[in-house]
Amino acid sequence: MARAVSRRHKVVVTLAAWSVALIIFFPVLWMILTSFKTETSAVASPPQLFTADWTLENYAEVWARSDYPRFFGNSVVISVGSTLLGLAIAIPAAWAMAFVPGKRTKDLLMWMLSTKMMPAVAVMIPVYLIFLRTGLIDTRIGLVIALMLMNLPIIIWMLYTYFKEIPAEILEAARMDGAGLWGEIVHVLTPMALPGIASTMLLNIILAWNEAFWTIVLTTTNAAPLSAFIASFSAPQGLFYAKLSAASAMAILPILILGWFSQKQLVRGLTFGAVK
Amino acid sequence: MTKTLRALLGATALAALAGAAIAETTITVATVNNGDMVRMQGLMDDFYAKNPDIKVEWVTLEENVLRQNVTTDIATGGGQYDVITIGTYEVPIWAKQGWLEGLNDLPADYDIDDLLPAIRGGLTVDGTLYASPFYGESSFVNYRKDLAEKAGITIPDAPSWDEIKAAAAAMTDTEAGIYGICLRGKAGWGENMAFLTTMANSYGARWFDENWQPQFDSPEWKAVMTDYVELLTKYGPPGASNNGYNENLTLSLQGKCAMRMDATVSAGSLTDPAQSEFADQVGFALAPDAGLGKRANWLWAWSLAIPASSDAKEASKAFVNWATNKDYIALVASKEGWRNAPPGTRTSLYANPEYAALPFAKMTIDSINAADPTNPATKPVPYVGVQFVAIPEFAGLATSVGEIFSAALAGQKTVDEALAEAQALSVEEMTAAGYIQ
Repeated sequence: MARAVSRRHKVVVTLAAWSVALIIFFPVLWMILTSFKTETSAVASPPQLFTADWTLENYAEVWARSDYPRFFGNSVVISVGSTLLGLAIAIPAAWAMAFVPGKRTKDLLMWMLSTKMMPAVAVMIPVYLIFLRTGLIDTRIGLVIALMLMNLPIIIWMLYTYFKEIPAEILEAARMDGAGLWGEIVHVLTPMALPGIASTMLLNIILAWNEAFWTIVLTTTNAAPLSAFIASFSAPQGLFYAKLSAASAMAILPILILGWFSQKQLVRGLTFGAVK
Repeated sequence: MTKTLRALLGATALAALAGAAIAETTITVATVNNGDMVRMQGLMDDFYAKNPDIKVEWVTLEENVLRQNVTTDIATGGGQYDVITIGTYEVPIWAKQGWLEGLNDLPADYDIDDLLPAIRGGLTVDGTLYASPFYGESSFVNYRKDLAEKAGITIPDAPSWDEIKAAAAAMTDTEAGIYGICLRGKAGWGENMAFLTTMANSYGARWFDENWQPQFDSPEWKAVMTDYVELLTKYGPPGASNNGYNENLTLSLQGKCAMRMDATVSAGSLTDPAQSEFADQVGFALAPDAGLGKRANWLWAWSLAIPASSDAKEASKAFVNWATNKDYIALVASKEGWRNAPPGTRTSLYANPEYAALPFAKMTIDSINAADPTNPATKPVPYVGVQFVAIPEFAGLATSVGEIFSAALAGQKTVDEALAEAQALSVEEMTAAGYIQ
């Protein structure tokens, strides 16, 4: 009897999980299906999930009309670069907060997180001027710095949470065995927190890849990433949904593949310590 | 030895000079993603053949994103863009700020006097042309002739609002999925408010009186909103408050709008058999009037301008001249036919018998000529602009008012409530901006 209930419970939970997953994934699925339709089918009324006239023309036109590899290259450099730079700053910061907390550590963490609550457009002009005056406008290094600063609070918060799970005694033991500060962080803490660091890294790459405000405001031609590539296919006048969908599919595909291959790592990292 | 040295030095100097002579100037052109602009990017070989020393880099963005980026850059003197695509709304405001380079010195072959007077007037401030029109548009009525015939009605070339209302009623067949009239309902200063402002002009209403006092509490605005809501509620498509230019164009291409009032620039799509099953059944008429001497048609031009902060002004002028010259229109026509030539900018285009033979050519030019940006309403106004008010505050204010009116169309508030809210909001905004003392 107990086994039957458990099986029913499992079926219900599985169905619920699939339903939620489908609801979340549906817009992406719709976008992918639209990218293979003609512009006329894409706006058919009532909307059609499937169409009779599938085409690859949108992909061909999007490819022909823009320099996709350049946008892609910029996205890779900016998202990976900003994440690695962020980790280099966040690991020591999170170590200090987790193992040598001060009286104001919690306040500091909250303050850092509060910077994420400010609307980006509120600081657009000052940031634009700073980038202009320092020659960082429309450069990849400029965007690496901007996105690193934008995501730094999240990186520090995530790493802080992971580091808190590591017993301080292990670090103390390392210290007693003669490890210096550098050795303690590099040889003891980092390997132990590797799953957490990996998931932080993956999540931040995804966040930086998807960022579509600063990456458009602070670039023109040289450093424009895939967010700008998508924006170039949007228009308030004319039929463009199929081509826009094709451009969006081309932009999200690399990160979708990365997410697919690293989903175990991501879930493991995100739920680390959740059931303690 | 000395001779050899001299020869070497001479050769080096020559090489340096040669290098300088073929030095390339790169200009960055910021533009919107629409058919005409995409077509221009495909014809760049002609520009490069005529200007081998200029390289063009494109930044194509969605209209509102482009507006935000270009405004930020131009206001901070960034100089990121050498040529920008801007609308008739921005030109007078930005020109007065000193943000744009004057274009009166374009080469003689540009033929500035060939520009349509109404379009040129909208882009000129104190006698100086600040942007060169790439394509211009007004708004008019497009309708399905077969449905009008079936309903036993005739839509005159210059209809009145009463005739439009009667036609919408006669052609509506909701069971067959045919809606008598499609008008913009989606909130936005360039969406429902563009249409409603022109409708207001024809009804004798205005945004502000001579002292910048908002006029939404006037009986004229009440009549505008009452008729607008009634027309779309009775004869419009379902969910009309979500429909903008694209949505209504799509419905028209599918034959579901018996009548539509929108941009003249959509005529090319509507009469293209590749895009519409009803291409041979499309008729055109001027925007309606209410017998007060003003028709409900707007005036807009996407134009190319050069920011004052550009450091490549000469190369930029060469590009603007190429892209907006008569020769460019002829180039498009030779490659893709007259139907695809950028419309609404030059008198010579409409004098061309091949272009004039197109079914929408005459109505387009008549609509453009009927718009007067300096005298848009029947009563005196302190502003310039037909479907907009050329002040920096307008875009934000009109978008907020557009949301209120869109809610009225959706039935979330009454016409009276919407007008009262719009009036209160406008008074508050205009007082805060210093127009009302």
